[in-house]
Amino acid sequence: MITRRATLMGAGLAALLATAPALALDEAEKLEHVTVELVAPPFVHPHEQATKAKPKVIEFHMPIIEKKVVVDDEGTTFQAMTFNGSMPGPTMVVHEGDYVQLTLVNLETNSMPHNIDFHAATGALGGAKLTFVNPGEQATLRFKATRTGVFVYHCAPEGMVAWHVVSGMSGVLMVLPRDGLKDAHGRHLHYDRVYTVGENDLYIPKDANGAYKSYESPGEAYADTLEVMRTLTPTHVVFNGARGALTGEHAMTAKVGETVLFIHSQANRDTRPHLIGGHGDWVWETGKFDNPPQKDLETWFIRGGSAGAALYTFLQPGVYAYVNHNLIEANELGAAAHVKVEGKWNDDLMKQISPPGPIVAH
Amino acid sequence: MAHAVKLALAAMLSLGAYAGEASESTDADTTPLATIAATPIAYRLPGEFVAGDMPVNGPVIELKPAQSFTIMKRQVSEADYAACVDAGACQKLAGTPGRADDLPVVGVSWQDAEAYARWLSVQTGHRYRLPTDAEWALAAGPAYRPDALTDVADPNDPSKRWIAVYEAESKAEAVAERRPQPFGTFGTNASGVMDAGGNVWEWTSACYTRQAWDETAGAFRQTTENCGVRVVEGRHRTYMVVFIRDPRVGGCAVGRPPANLGFRLVRDDTAEPSS
Repeated sequence: MITRRATLMGAGLAALLATAPALALDEAEKLEHVTVELVAPPFVHPHEQATKAKPKVIEFHMPIIEKKVVVDDEGTTFQAMTFNGSMPGPTMVVHEGDYVQLTLVNLETNSMPHNIDFHAATGALGGAKLTFVNPGEQATLRFKATRTGVFVYHCAPEGMVAWHVVSGMSGVLMVLPRDGLKDAHGRHLHYDRVYTVGENDLYIPKDANGAYKSYESPGEAYADTLEVMRTLTPTHVVFNGARGALTGEHAMTAKVGETVLFIHSQANRDTRPHLIGGHGDWVWETGKFDNPPQKDLETWFIRGGSAGAALYTFLQPGVYAYVNHNLIEANELGAAAHVKVEGKWNDDLMKQISPPGPIVAH
Repeated sequence: MAHAVKLALAAMLSLGAYAGEASESTDADTTPLATIAATPIAYRLPGEFVAGDMPVNGPVIELKPAQSFTIMKRQVSEADYAACVDAGACQKLAGTPGRADDLPVVGVSWQDAEAYARWLSVQTGHRYRLPTDAEWALAAGPAYRPDALTDVADPNDPSKRWIAVYEAESKAEAVAERRPQPFGTFGTNASGVMDAGGNVWEWTSACYTRQAWDETAGAFRQTTENCGVRVVEGRHRTYMVVFIRDPRVGGCAVGRPPANLGFRLVRDDTAEPSS
């Protein structure tokens, strides 16, 4: 590892030397720097939807935390690897033209090297080459947000990318247009709330009796987990790290008349979110805001390794289910969330003309 | 220990009286039974109730049992059920079922429970059957609560009740440990009934019904009976399709489903007519 670090440092020095004249004129350094406190999904840190400000350098500080988590109501445990302690990692929001400056900290207590690949970044494997940190190390990466949209970020250590990703190491960076979101006709769109739903496909080994195995460290779980991964059949498909992470007292909330932006990310595997009893008013299925959003979708497709965004104004109160509409994955494997929406019922949109009762001749 | 083995032992030793406090245990049936006294309780009728277009709570009545009855002190055990499977009278359960005599059998459907009751009746010469919902409530003692999830019912806005029910279910205490626990873990009530309202919900013989408020009669009137769905009792009451073994896929739509499905049986005093 020391050799590797030395090599990376050497490469960094070489790059600095090669661009030595530019170093003194680093324009980004002169820009205003602001620090953002990250929050765990489904919530997103406070941000402007449109901004008149000049581009800034937005600084983020993110520890990597390896920890054992419980992923279902049967107490099944899982050796998670996380950005900032959550699955998915925190959603980061900047505007086009801003610079993302991330300090990635690999805690001393961790057992493995990690890094980060931003799908929004250009070069160096999305930054992965420049952020490879061992336990007890940190690195700071700066890149310019040149394309708008919601983009996946994930860990990508050579030879172990898939394992780190399905262990929970992914999240979303949202790069907003400086003048905010627009519909297909160029009209401004605004949201009252934004939620990030990160979908995780988990591959947890079982013992000879069919009971899920529990491990004391990621390393111990590796060989068995890889075997399950190679079946391409997840044992769990969940939102935000665990079955029930977004239901009951943790259900998302909204009010009738409010517009909600649902960001949906899946760093590994295709999925198809659907809001039962609602719609996607405007959906960026591929998640990139320079493409016009699609209108009135029933279900939208999120390609594995991407994030999408759906904007919806709630028109009716009640408890909505937000699911992966492969309903076997939703019901059996866990990919279901709820949205509790309060407000006034609209009889014009829907009314029960007669409640269930005996069949009558007509 | 399996019932069949117990019976054989009892026969060989020619014992007169056996474990279990039911006074009439003068035969080979060693099933521990509790006698439930005919004491009135407040009881909420099972089923779904509508008044006009609006779902409402079922009425609470004073349940006055005509006579006492006997019910198994504990739920049917893994060993009990395994004996029935070995005898070819019960369906084998999914996975690798255990054979412990101190753990309740779980992952059983209403149909499995019915098959076991038929087999046990033949084995013991007594009529064993699932309890009615009212019998379960009487046997459960303090573990039975006639509380409704919510009283919210707004004729102009169905979402009010949906949200209120959802919130009540969300706040309800979660089952911390899903795995079945040894008998007695969840306590024994004054009648000697163990673990009612623990982490194993129990099948009853009660069919799902729908009752509509009849304004002229001033009473609810049954409009539908569906015996393909039965009442399941435990920490909260729910309804399950008879062939469901895993409750998480069977009921409580958006709410908290039961942790496990098991059962205990009522023993009627009258013996099965020998065939």
